[in-house]
Amino acid sequence: MNTEAIVNLLYRVADDALIIAHRHSEWTGMGPILEEDIAFSSIAQDKLGHAQALYAIMHEHFAQPKPDQAAFMRNAAAMRCCQFVELPNGEYDFSLVRHFLFDSAEMFRYHAFTDSSFEPLAKLSRKVIGEIKYHLYHAQTWMVQLGAQGNEVSRARMQSALNEAWPYALGIFEPGPFESALIADGVFIGEEALKEQWQTFVSDVCRDANLTIPSDVEPAYGGRSGYHTEHLQPLLDEMTEVFKIDPSAEW
Amino acid sequence: MATIISLDPRVTRLQLESETPDTLKPKPELDQLQTYEVFHQQKSGARHIHVGSLHAPSRELALLLAKEQYGRRGQTYNLWVVNTADIFTMRSDDADVFATTPDKTYRDVAAYMVRNKVEAFKKEQQTGGTGA
Repeated sequence: MNTEAIVNLLYRVADDALIIAHRHSEWTGMGPILEEDIAFSSIAQDKLGHAQALYAIMHEHFAQPKPDQAAFMRNAAAMRCCQFVELPNGEYDFSLVRHFLFDSAEMFRYHAFTDSSFEPLAKLSRKVIGEIKYHLYHAQTWMVQLGAQGNEVSRARMQSALNEAWPYALGIFEPGPFESALIADGVFIGEEALKEQWQTFVSDVCRDANLTIPSDVEPAYGGRSGYHTEHLQPLLDEMTEVFKIDPSAEW
Repeated sequence: MATIISLDPRVTRLQLESETPDTLKPKPELDQLQTYEVFHQQKSGARHIHVGSLHAPSRELALLLAKEQYGRRGQTYNLWVVNTADIFTMRSDDADVFATTPDKTYRDVAAYMVRNKVEAFKKEQQTGGTGA
């Protein structure tokens, strides 16, 4: 198996989970209602757990840094997350739309991973897919609630958030240099195949939610090769602030 | 110019007017979300136990939010959510219909002293009594 290809793939997925976890956690204490505050905080913890498990696999099998070092000691240019996850939360509508578009992709991604020839990844995916299924239910139900069952204001806000999010959502599937190696080795079905599954599903839900997917949009690529928006470095600075006071401290 | 007490919005947004303005009106009815009652089931086949309530705009969302609030700690097999308005119950001032129930010990299994009678009968058999 192509080690470099697997490591590249795992960093993309782990960094996505780490950064979205941080963004979701920013709703802690700030959610529009107590119940949503709890839901976003809990989902954030799940995502952080996925990131940690993926960093741990890389540490164990490919001599990468320990999870804490991998999460806290890299700057923006070294991060392989897509730009979508690093965007600020904005209003609750944008957070929900991003949560939906991102977790739809996560659902199909982890589902594909359950068949991966790289057994540690397959094993982890079988363990966490129930969590991701719930994350998606949560987001999807709000999409339909606010799009189709709310009022004109809620629908308009969701539509506007969807328009804003769409180019970045396409950026989730930015192809990397190892696509063909990963596919050939049976590690992963590849970003293009994943995007097709995702698009069919997302189109169905948006139709149920009475929302229109923007057409002819250029994907926001760059994150997977370390080109990020101006929002990532401040996020990393905040997230790592305490850890960097004494990286050798035992927690 | 006002002094900035804190940059944390959780602190600054607590700066309420010292006197309640006359314009403050209660929100119209139905402006708030509905409440749902949550019933938790620990294992397959076990009874569902009422564990609390929550706010949600629909039963679908109530079920999802119930998962977070009542299903994320400890073992859960399933949950029920029921719109609070759909629960049919007694008025609280009707509680007196139950008032004399604790006095009616003859309705309680523990009130029947069968064991005394059984033991008396056994004793009688052993001593070869003639019976009543």
